[in-house]
Amino acid sequence: MESDAKIVVRNLYKIFGSDPEQALELLAKGLEKAEIFEKTGMTVGVNNANFEIHAGEIFVIMGLSGSGKSTIVRMLNRLIEPTSGQVIVDGKDVVQMSQDELVKFRLHNMSMVFQSFALMPHLTVLENAAFGLELAGADKAKQRERAMEALAQVGLEGWEDSYPAQLSGGMQQRVGLARGLAVDPDILLMDEAFSALDPLIRTEMQDELLKLQESDQRTIVFISHDLDEALRIGDRIAIMEGGRVVQVGTPEEILQNPEDDYVRAFFRGVDPTNVISAGDIVRDTHPTIIKTKVGSLRAAHELLSSSERDHGYVLDAKHRFLGVVSSESLRHAIESSPKGSAIDMAYLPEGVAVRADASMQDILPEVASKAWPVPVVDENNVYKGVVSKNRFLRTLHRTEEQMEANRQHQDSAA
Amino acid sequence: MFEDKVIPLDVWVSQFVDWLVDNYRHVFQAIKWPIEQTLNGFDTGLNALPPLLVIVLIAVAAWRFSGISLAIFSMITMTLIGLLGLWGESMTTLAMVLSAVIFCAIVGIPLGIVAGRSDRFEAWIRPALDAMQTTPAFVYLVPIVMLFSVGNVAGVLATIIFSIPPIIRLTSLGIRQVHPELVEAAQAFGATNWQVLRRVQVPLAMPTILAGLNQTIMMALSMVVIAALIGAGGLGSPVMLGLNTLDIGRAVIGGLAIVLMAIVLDRITQSMAQKR
Repeated sequence: MESDAKIVVRNLYKIFGSDPEQALELLAKGLEKAEIFEKTGMTVGVNNANFEIHAGEIFVIMGLSGSGKSTIVRMLNRLIEPTSGQVIVDGKDVVQMSQDELVKFRLHNMSMVFQSFALMPHLTVLENAAFGLELAGADKAKQRERAMEALAQVGLEGWEDSYPAQLSGGMQQRVGLARGLAVDPDILLMDEAFSALDPLIRTEMQDELLKLQESDQRTIVFISHDLDEALRIGDRIAIMEGGRVVQVGTPEEILQNPEDDYVRAFFRGVDPTNVISAGDIVRDTHPTIIKTKVGSLRAAHELLSSSERDHGYVLDAKHRFLGVVSSESLRHAIESSPKGSAIDMAYLPEGVAVRADASMQDILPEVASKAWPVPVVDENNVYKGVVSKNRFLRTLHRTEEQMEANRQHQDSAA
Repeated sequence: MFEDKVIPLDVWVSQFVDWLVDNYRHVFQAIKWPIEQTLNGFDTGLNALPPLLVIVLIAVAAWRFSGISLAIFSMITMTLIGLLGLWGESMTTLAMVLSAVIFCAIVGIPLGIVAGRSDRFEAWIRPALDAMQTTPAFVYLVPIVMLFSVGNVAGVLATIIFSIPPIIRLTSLGIRQVHPELVEAAQAFGATNWQVLRRVQVPLAMPTILAGLNQTIMMALSMVVIAALIGAGGLGSPVMLGLNTLDIGRAVIGGLAIVLMAIVLDRITQSMAQKR
């Protein structure tokens, strides 16, 4: 996956204090963050972080306060100078950039949304949205046009002449988001961008972000201390503790295989059926019938009986899902229309598919109510396989066990 | 016990000032030149303008920055100064205050900005400012007279030294009060140091900087009587003259005119700061 890595972080360290070199040596000798602080008074902000962020994904860096997540995101655009290590964006090391290169890089490649909004109180909403463009020296008409577009994207038309203080918190952060989008960056850094908003507005903004992401596919690095938020919007999550990146993976990977107690503690109380999706547990265990090849009812019936399954899934030539048939529905169709050629007649009326990205919770009613394994398709309606009751329950059981083990582990550790 | 163990600091200082005067006279003349030009310009200009026009200009300024009531108040007050028979002196004082304040702003605002952005410079300049504000003006009047001779220009110089600290302090404070997140945000969007200063720090510090300017103006006005000691003209001279000849009436009208002028300048500059 090296090729589509947008940002590569290698051996990144940040030491806050008077003699970072000394602290690095102590770290190399295997001392802990707390010991180094006791000995030298220096704080290890980030300790040997290594991860890759893929182009077009939402990468959530999660951790409690003081875990170093805000420091890490500020080292990506060098608002905080790394003590050592590399931050490679599009093949270029940000740490090695000269001041001029850095300014250009910030103007064009990366913008940022802040927890405290950080809007300029002396500028109007429009001027705030155009802030990055103005710094870049874009001409006035273009500034206005782009800023208006960005404001429209976040639903703030008609507010351009107001001042930030006249807006609610949610609207102010929309301005912050518009300011980030107006410069059309490929990378958007969001530092606890929604944490200061109340829960309802926060969810609304998360949806907004996902919607924007569908159309634009930016690389988003999102800092959060909120697990629900991370699971909701993150394609992949990095979990940080005490300056270290403890684990990186998709929500499912981390949930199903937590690296240590700290990660387990995070996922305590998370309902696995919300995190695991149909696509994660799909299996290709049932016969598929390509409509154009196996056109006749008899041939389909033959196929089913030879594979000893009661149900089959009809697809078109491009493997798009068309319908579910059963031995019985096929036999019925053969009897009622002897010369029959169309397999369509045998589709079970309730044989509908679910989306691969639907959570287990979402597909539960479907799985429970149907006699046949539920077919799963991707966003283009391409068939991925089926989820049977058996498979569903077994997954549930396994994660329950896992969660229980985590819980016991946690309790005995505490 | 100290009879024969005195550090001859007084002798050293005298020798040092003498040495400065002998060797660096041209330097001090160079410093004096722009101040002299500015002051003479203001003085001649203000005295040449018909008093009515000056009153109207001041009223218009008051009206623009604050409103009609301050405009009327300023008009009445300035007329009153004229009716006290001190119009010429008050224009000279205004010219001195304006010149001093302009140089305070030119020198003080940049120094304040540097102090606001650098802890080291702030630590270094703070004791200097304390000294400038607390040293009795009489102490530095003598070296100023030796270096710049007597008259209005020396008066303005003494005024600058005395009244520059507030604008430096408050500019620094204003810059420091700008939320660090705003500076960070500007940097994150690719602002250079200069852009951060010009587009974020200075605009947001402006109300505080203007409050500093107001303080500087007030301090400058309070120096006019002391400046009169070294031969500066203006509203200080009737006060000095009154004191010397025990002419109480004369001293009081001089003092009254200074107070009236202070009130007008204070109100106008304060409303400038609030308007931002």
